[in-house]
Amino acid sequence: MKVLSLAILLFVSTARAEKTFVYCSEASPSTFNPQMADDGPTFNAASQMLYNRLLEFEPGGTKVIPALAEKWDISKDGKTYTFHLRHNVSFHTTDTFKPTRSFNADDVLFSFNRALKTNHPYHQVNGGNYVYFQGMELDKMIKEIQKVDDYTVRFVLNWAEAPFLADLAMNFAVILSGEYADQLLKAKTPQKIDLEPVGTGPFVLKRYVKDNTIRYEAFQNFWRGRAKLDKVAFAITPDANVRFQKLKAGECQLVAEPAPQDLKAMGENPSLKLMSQPGANIGYLAFNVEKAPYNKLAVRQAIAHALNRESYLQLVYQGTATLAKNPLPPTVWGNDPHGKDYEYDINKAKELLKKAGYPNGFEAEIWTLPVSRPYNPNGKKMGELMQSDLAKIGIKVKLVTYDWPTYLAKAHKGEHQMLQMGWTTDNGDPDNFMDILLSCGAISSGSNMARWCDKDYDKIILKAKTVSDLKIRTVQYVKAQEMFKKNAPWVTLAHATVFRPVAKGVEGYRISPLGVEDFYPVDIK
Amino acid sequence: MLRFFLKRLMHSVPTLIGVSLIAFLLIRLIPGDPVLMMLGERGGSPEAVREMRHNLGLDEPLWTQYFQFIGRAVHGDLGESIISKRGVWAEFTDHFPATMELSLVALFWAIVLGIPMGVVAALKRGQKLDHLLMSISLIGYSMPIFWWGLILILVFSVHLGWTPVSGRISASFDVEPWSGFLFIDVWWRGLGFAGFWAAIRHMILPALVLGTIPVAAIARMTRSSLLEVLREDYVRTAKAKGLSFYRIVFVHALKNALLPVVTVIGLMLGSLLTGAVLTETLFSWPGVGRWLVASVLSRDYPVLQGGVLLLSVMIVMVNIAVDVLYTWLNPRLRDRI
Repeated sequence: MKVLSLAILLFVSTARAEKTFVYCSEASPSTFNPQMADDGPTFNAASQMLYNRLLEFEPGGTKVIPALAEKWDISKDGKTYTFHLRHNVSFHTTDTFKPTRSFNADDVLFSFNRALKTNHPYHQVNGGNYVYFQGMELDKMIKEIQKVDDYTVRFVLNWAEAPFLADLAMNFAVILSGEYADQLLKAKTPQKIDLEPVGTGPFVLKRYVKDNTIRYEAFQNFWRGRAKLDKVAFAITPDANVRFQKLKAGECQLVAEPAPQDLKAMGENPSLKLMSQPGANIGYLAFNVEKAPYNKLAVRQAIAHALNRESYLQLVYQGTATLAKNPLPPTVWGNDPHGKDYEYDINKAKELLKKAGYPNGFEAEIWTLPVSRPYNPNGKKMGELMQSDLAKIGIKVKLVTYDWPTYLAKAHKGEHQMLQMGWTTDNGDPDNFMDILLSCGAISSGSNMARWCDKDYDKIILKAKTVSDLKIRTVQYVKAQEMFKKNAPWVTLAHATVFRPVAKGVEGYRISPLGVEDFYPVDIK
Repeated sequence: MLRFFLKRLMHSVPTLIGVSLIAFLLIRLIPGDPVLMMLGERGGSPEAVREMRHNLGLDEPLWTQYFQFIGRAVHGDLGESIISKRGVWAEFTDHFPATMELSLVALFWAIVLGIPMGVVAALKRGQKLDHLLMSISLIGYSMPIFWWGLILILVFSVHLGWTPVSGRISASFDVEPWSGFLFIDVWWRGLGFAGFWAAIRHMILPALVLGTIPVAAIARMTRSSLLEVLREDYVRTAKAKGLSFYRIVFVHALKNALLPVVTVIGLMLGSLLTGAVLTETLFSWPGVGRWLVASVLSRDYPVLQGGVLLLSVMIVMVNIAVDVLYTWLNPRLRDRI
């Protein structure tokens, strides 16, 4: 009896309540391999939870910090990057895989060569589409990757690319286990690599019930130290309102993408704390400068002056955004705070329209964003406000919209006149706005929605991305923003603040300006 | 009976071919491109887009794509999802039990409520109660499902807090799927009554909403069928023989009156399995309807064409089963085959 009592006492004293954190996410991940994805739900569910990258962004910021690479050297010409890898990093042990060795250069080579080399045995596995890798042209940029020794790898580039380090910290650039890949190849089941993931990240995937829940357990041997949470569950809940109801009912401790109209109630709820952080995003109205009359600068400038953007901040963003002066948000370095903006001025707009040869205005079309995004939570409402603003200078606007895939496909072909669009940075580098959204090359890739091409602007951007000196780069980006403003291919609308309502008792959570969730530092008190 | 069954099965082949062709063409007729959708705001160089389209087999002529799809489908391979890279069959079997469970519960309460409503209305024909019940069923029949569901959520989940807002079970219950049917799995995985109760609470509103139209349809069908039977000669004979009113109705008339109702119930099951899209979307129910809607929005061609084909097979099977059951229940037809 005494022994039994002692055992019970021992059990009670050592047992502690399991810490389970429930996150109400907005959608199912498309895959568990972020190399093949470009959507937030996948990056949250796989990239941050299960994997690491050579470099990562500091929690809550955009500064690049060491991760699986402890340090690195860059050659003088900016074309060779040598990474020194971290020792004693373990891969997950799962039901189907037990690692026999720690992370090393072979894993880096496997992960990148899979996407890079079309003849790699894994290249075509599960579709062979490396959305970001190809979209950012890393397949053209990286000439080769060499294994110097077990803990040193060298990336040789075809051209100097200053944002390369930031690129490697992005969510898609995860490191997979080469040993696991070999095992699967021998078992003739290579496709499992993306479905039954093995990474080095802070949590191990326990179970995924599609469109329902994803369950994780803390990885005991995580190289940064075991997470404070024991378990994490993603309760997949697509509707923002339902997510809020679940949060109120205590069914989850954090929700993804709260609806702007719920923010007030969230702030007033005593069991929640509403956290916020200025987002690294931009919402804008793009003119298709290949089409008349938007090929005339005066018309674009007239519209920029005619839109009462301040009113949109209240009516569309519910006061949760700041007026955008530049394509670069103030949270990203290189932003030009001193540049001139197009102030709201109807008379000036009318004058400019007259100068352009349209004294009585014209008929126009604006495509309104069919999806709710932080950078534009209600495209239709914003369209209606724009319609009413432009009517004051004689422009009769017809609002048009399509479902999201159609919208993208038609915009890609340049069928629009004016369209609402936006962007949240992937890596916090100015290049990730100024090049991808506004360079001549981005017209054919479809991300330059204004289809604006200025060779001088391109030269500035190219210079900014090929030098690594931050001061020189900043000067170049300020110049580029001045040129952008002068040519007005877009009307810059707003930089939205990112909000996250969190249940009281949750500690250590930080909002990332890059829009991804990291639960490793989170604890529940 | 076997010959009848095989004949019905053969008749369903052209239907399935037609459905597969329509599903295949319709999804491709909608503007939008799965590759551009994957690339989103970022876009991609023409070469990258071309390569991705090639990898997905979307650069083949349409007829080649269709015959490849049919050729593989005949061998039981419905292809892989463009988005998740998982097999369409695996994805379907992940989602189907949720839809099936919801449909069966919705149908169960529709039968339990609909048949008595119809019987009472028939017996009180022309009276106030008949008018009341038939008005209720008319309202139920014409109720916009989405609106009705929202009202129920607002009242019972948000204001009263009696039922959960959405989902199949709260995240605090870790149910590893075994059969896919939650009512079974909670017991199988040892979650006991607490888990079972949580599953029931989550089921109440979606089943109520999904079952609203079937309740109305079953009630109206039962009423008209029973009224017809009550006019038959054998009922008059029974009355003349002095049988009690309740014995005539419940032992003799109702049995025959329920024959067409069985057909309606069978067809209802077919439409519930496919028509739960709105209910599933509203309640974040991880079923086939939501899965297919998501595949339309992401232009996931293989999922959509494979999913529609599987559902068509399911409906055809249900229809055949109803025919067989009807024939078996009706001795006059049984003799003819």
